[in-house]
Amino acid sequence: MSGAADREAVFATRQSLALMKAKLKGAETGHSLLKRKSEALTKRFREITRRIDEAKRKMGRVMSIAAFSLAEVTYAVGGDINYQVQESARSARFRIRAKQENVSGVLLPAFESYVVEGSNDFAMTGLGKGGQQVAKCRETYARAVEALVELASLQTAFVILDEVIKVVNRRVNAIEHVIIPRTENTIKYINSELDELDREEFYRLKKVAGKKQRDTAEADAEMKQKKDMQAKQDQENEAPAEDISGPTDLLAADEDEDVIF
Amino acid sequence: MSTADYKDRQFLAVIGDEDSVTGLLLAGIGHVTAPPDSQKNFLVVDNKTDNATIEAAFERFTTQRKDIGIVLINQHIADRIRHRVDTYTQAFPTILEIPSKDHPYDPEKDSVLRRVRRLFGE
Repeated sequence: MSGAADREAVFATRQSLALMKAKLKGAETGHSLLKRKSEALTKRFREITRRIDEAKRKMGRVMSIAAFSLAEVTYAVGGDINYQVQESARSARFRIRAKQENVSGVLLPAFESYVVEGSNDFAMTGLGKGGQQVAKCRETYARAVEALVELASLQTAFVILDEVIKVVNRRVNAIEHVIIPRTENTIKYINSELDELDREEFYRLKKVAGKKQRDTAEADAEMKQKKDMQAKQDQENEAPAEDISGPTDLLAADEDEDVIF
Repeated sequence: MSTADYKDRQFLAVIGDEDSVTGLLLAGIGHVTAPPDSQKNFLVVDNKTDNATIEAAFERFTTQRKDIGIVLINQHIADRIRHRVDTYTQAFPTILEIPSKDHPYDPEKDSVLRRVRRLFGE
């Protein structure tokens, strides 16, 4: 039978049957729950991938605008400010903060940008000329970085969700294709084994009953035989006595002795 | 992933050409740590910079420093260390490939976008 192929090593008892049935029920519940979780995550995942696609394109545009404004600065200042900027960077004004979002029990981090007020490393940049362009450029780049931060949080969520969905799907498949069939096989095996035991028991009972009947019949026959013999003997014993005493008056006769078999 | 792992990550890092880095620094993401080992969170790459330096910076930003949440890298520079970028799968810090002035953005090369496309079966 197929149950022998893949089943759990249990003894075929009613207790383990009940246990297996509970397990099957649990597996089915878990399967449907996980399936739903996987669907919710996939929905979210698709939304995120779509937004990533959009955000990446937007980033391309924003970055080109930003690069253009930097070119304007170079023109207005009348020389490279690269070196000056790189050397005067001290403390980040533009920082990020991570917060969490919960999607079906998965914690997705999201970055949030914030600006630390009061620190400006580039007070001297563009002091001579082109200060306005520098300020404009800073704003443009700040907006670009905001877009980048948003994209980064989408991307992080993408990576994490991808991983989680894989794990959840693996679990769903494991339950669907391994645990449930195996439990069902085990239940089938236990049932067939219990049936077998039942039949065996029934046959044994029948056998015992048959033997008992035979024994009783034998005993009855023996008893009957004995009785017959006794009766015959009695008759033989009684007959001569009649001969001696001659015919008796039945009515006047003494009371008969009680016959006890 | 413990909570402390990403709560401390509050900076961005840049590996890029001179203009990209300058622009991003102007936006105010530049940060230099306290003097003893004053580490910058940006690296300017030009034609003379060799790949080992870029890889070292990438390594430093992604694995060694625990205060960086996002690593921005110019796409043409990411191409130079493409194997490192593609094999990087951690969630933190996030690697973000950005376009540069001289190199237009090509979505086909982006490691994440490629995954997006593959998932949608395009």
